[in-house]
Amino acid sequence: MRERRVDVLVVGGGPAGLSAAAELARAGASVEVVERERELGGVPRHCDHQGFGLRDLRRPLSGPGYARRLAARADTAGATLRAGVSVTGWESGALELTSSGGLERVTAAAVVLATGARERPRAARLIPGDRPDGVLTTGELQQVVALEDLRVGSRAVIVGAEHVSYSALATLRHGGARPVAMLTEAPRHGSYAGFAWGARVVLRVPLLTSTRLVEIVGRERVEAVEVATPSDRRRIPCDTVVLTAAWIPDHELARSRGVPLDQASLGPLVDTAGRTPVAGVFAAGNLVHPGETGDVAALGGRAVSRAVLVHLAGAPWPVPIPLVAGTGLAWAAPGLIDPTALPARGRVVLRGTARVARDAVVVRQGERLLWHGRPSGSLVPGRSASIPAGWIREVDPEGGPVRIGVGSPP
Amino acid sequence: MTGPGDSSPVDVVVVGAGVVGTAVARELAHHPLRVVLVDAERDVGAGTSKANTAILHTGYDTVPGSLESRLVRRGYELLSAYAAETGIAVEPVGALLVAWDPEQEAALPALAAKAAANGYVECAPVAGAELRRLEPGLGEGARAALAIPGEHVIDPWSPSLAFATQAVAAGVELRLSERVVSVSPERGGHVLTTTRGRLATRWLVNAAGLGSGALDGLLGFDRFHVTPRRGELIVFDKLARERVGRILLPAPTSRGKGVLVSPTVFGNVLLGPTADDVDDPRATGTTADGLARLLDHGARILPGLVGEEVTATYAGLRAATEDADYRVFVEPSLHYLCLGGIRSTGLTASLALAEHALELLVGAGLDPGPRRPLSAISLPPLGERQLRPYRDAARIAEDPAYGEIVCHCERVTRGEIRDALASRVPPVDLDGLRRRTRAVLGRCGGFFCGARVRRLLEEGA
Repeated sequence: MRERRVDVLVVGGGPAGLSAAAELARAGASVEVVERERELGGVPRHCDHQGFGLRDLRRPLSGPGYARRLAARADTAGATLRAGVSVTGWESGALELTSSGGLERVTAAAVVLATGARERPRAARLIPGDRPDGVLTTGELQQVVALEDLRVGSRAVIVGAEHVSYSALATLRHGGARPVAMLTEAPRHGSYAGFAWGARVVLRVPLLTSTRLVEIVGRERVEAVEVATPSDRRRIPCDTVVLTAAWIPDHELARSRGVPLDQASLGPLVDTAGRTPVAGVFAAGNLVHPGETGDVAALGGRAVSRAVLVHLAGAPWPVPIPLVAGTGLAWAAPGLIDPTALPARGRVVLRGTARVARDAVVVRQGERLLWHGRPSGSLVPGRSASIPAGWIREVDPEGGPVRIGVGSPP
Repeated sequence: MTGPGDSSPVDVVVVGAGVVGTAVARELAHHPLRVVLVDAERDVGAGTSKANTAILHTGYDTVPGSLESRLVRRGYELLSAYAAETGIAVEPVGALLVAWDPEQEAALPALAAKAAANGYVECAPVAGAELRRLEPGLGEGARAALAIPGEHVIDPWSPSLAFATQAVAAGVELRLSERVVSVSPERGGHVLTTTRGRLATRWLVNAAGLGSGALDGLLGFDRFHVTPRRGELIVFDKLARERVGRILLPAPTSRGKGVLVSPTVFGNVLLGPTADDVDDPRATGTTADGLARLLDHGARILPGLVGEEVTATYAGLRAATEDADYRVFVEPSLHYLCLGGIRSTGLTASLALAEHALELLVGAGLDPGPRRPLSAISLPPLGERQLRPYRDAARIAEDPAYGEIVCHCERVTRGEIRDALASRVPPVDLDGLRRRTRAVLGRCGGFFCGARVRRLLEEGA
């Protein structure tokens, strides 16, 4: 068993991990990225559409092009990039790795968890019915079409109406399947008006709102789905069901190390700098904010590198202050505050519990009002809104939890 | 071996390649008999044998003096030894039969006495405080329990596969995707008409599980009817494993063992089964109502469990009949043995049923010839507590494909998938590959690995 030591081990070679590694290597740290898939790049590897890299590289790229570019930047900066390496355990400070080269134990002064998120599959959504072939998440669908060149079905129902759901629609068409309906339990779609219009009007894929998938029917292969609205139930014949969104962070490694989870997002609890409560352990990207775009994850990776460098220089691990999400919010991230560090992109990210479009948000510490105003983006479940985070500098380290919620200041 | 043009009768046809049929075929394979094992499904162990609670039962709660009681006790010993020899995963977790009200608590001593009458004497009472210490995650209403240390958990799929593999290696012909349509007597034996042609045999063994009643009917009998009893189950994430140490059993009722919570050898936690009689022997779907009822039970038994992610949900059908005991009938003049109505202990009793089946056949006039040992087999390690290839340095050094993890959630390597595709009883579909390797059985439901595994299956098949 090989025993090794590095300054920084980055677990996950997607946009967040590669971006963190590039920054850290550029600053002179010895950085190793371990990625369990055969290729680096994370989810963008298999997203066969454009629009990647707008916020971090300031140019529009395809998913695979973006993935390659981020890996090249990290490599040029001097990070060690290893694909086909899995972290299989974490015992007393050393991580256990498996690859075709054998087993290793690696200790690192800092570990950055950038393991991303996945869409919940059928079982996790407790969808009853038969268990035929033909039910898959967008992640699997994209790999089926873009990476493995396998057949998709011919008539597909898409569950969800988020950005990723419209991406699934494009992938289905690319794979030769006809989308016959999109379902959302919400009263309207949760994506851009342009996507929704294009799908409904141009591609003639009906959007069924306030509609829930209640049963999957089919012996060997999907034959139909049964859907329900508050007033009726009906069957839609199809042979493929794509389950989209419903993201859950890939937090198993964090949990096995004892990092507490943010109960709302189910990502590891982190402060505004990307530190978890466990000394030396950081987290960034979709692991922390599941369902974000690749470039947002990349910016998160860049941002966490600052705190990693501070830690490598020997600074003491700070005591975090909780950010508590209250009325009208499902969660606010990061869940902890370090008053000396602003979060990625200078914003605090919010998700609402119900569609409270463009409502005001209030931030308090004790009696002190820290900020109020309207978030950018709507507080729709499944989509992010955000507020500026400059007020974090005014947080009193001794002042107790900071509370954020929908409402107006008195 | 028989082929389409070969009309000479074989010695024994076993109908049903579930855990019982494959065990019987394996037992017969010790002797120089021409044996055909036939099943309508595409794979061995694809009926009730693939969707059950995966428990190696002590038989503490069977009917004392019944055939089931005897064969479960004997089968427990045989399967425990077989698992140890072949590398099938078993975890000796033990069970607690929990009393949730004063009535159930008062019934515990009688259950211990019934266990003793069944030959199981290791039960011990557990009082409230000790119960809390043993299982701190138990719901509030748990008052006391009966400890049943011998109840273990086992890999439910590998036994059928192991039995079938040894049988085939010793010359048994395995015919899958072949349904028996009719049976007629001929020259002291039988001719079966199947969906693939005719099959003549001197002896016939009915191990057809959910179809055992119908097959018995094809021979002219009207002595038992199979009512499929559906049991829905929820499998929770491996992260829930630390919440429970033992199988948590409810007080039994006449309908069956009730809803339990159990660790699995794969590191998950199982909740179930329900028990609903259905008409259709292929009704293996889950229902909204069934899943909701399970979650209610789960919230009561182990409250922290139901907040964990769900990795899988499934439903299995047990072959319930009018009688609680097995419906085993031997008809010497017809050269026919019926192993019907095995209900819910087939896995545990399988090797004992096979032993018993051979005794009955010999008693009815079958001359098996000399007995010889079978070649030993060794199954790939699938249990969480076994040394699996992804962390076996020596294995990886010999063959790097064992270090290339393909299914990340279950840590299944390319080498293991390759081996399963090249095995003696290979998978023909994704489900079969799952049962042989654990690939695509994990929390991501194929998000990460589904496409690649499908590709490997297509290339290897």
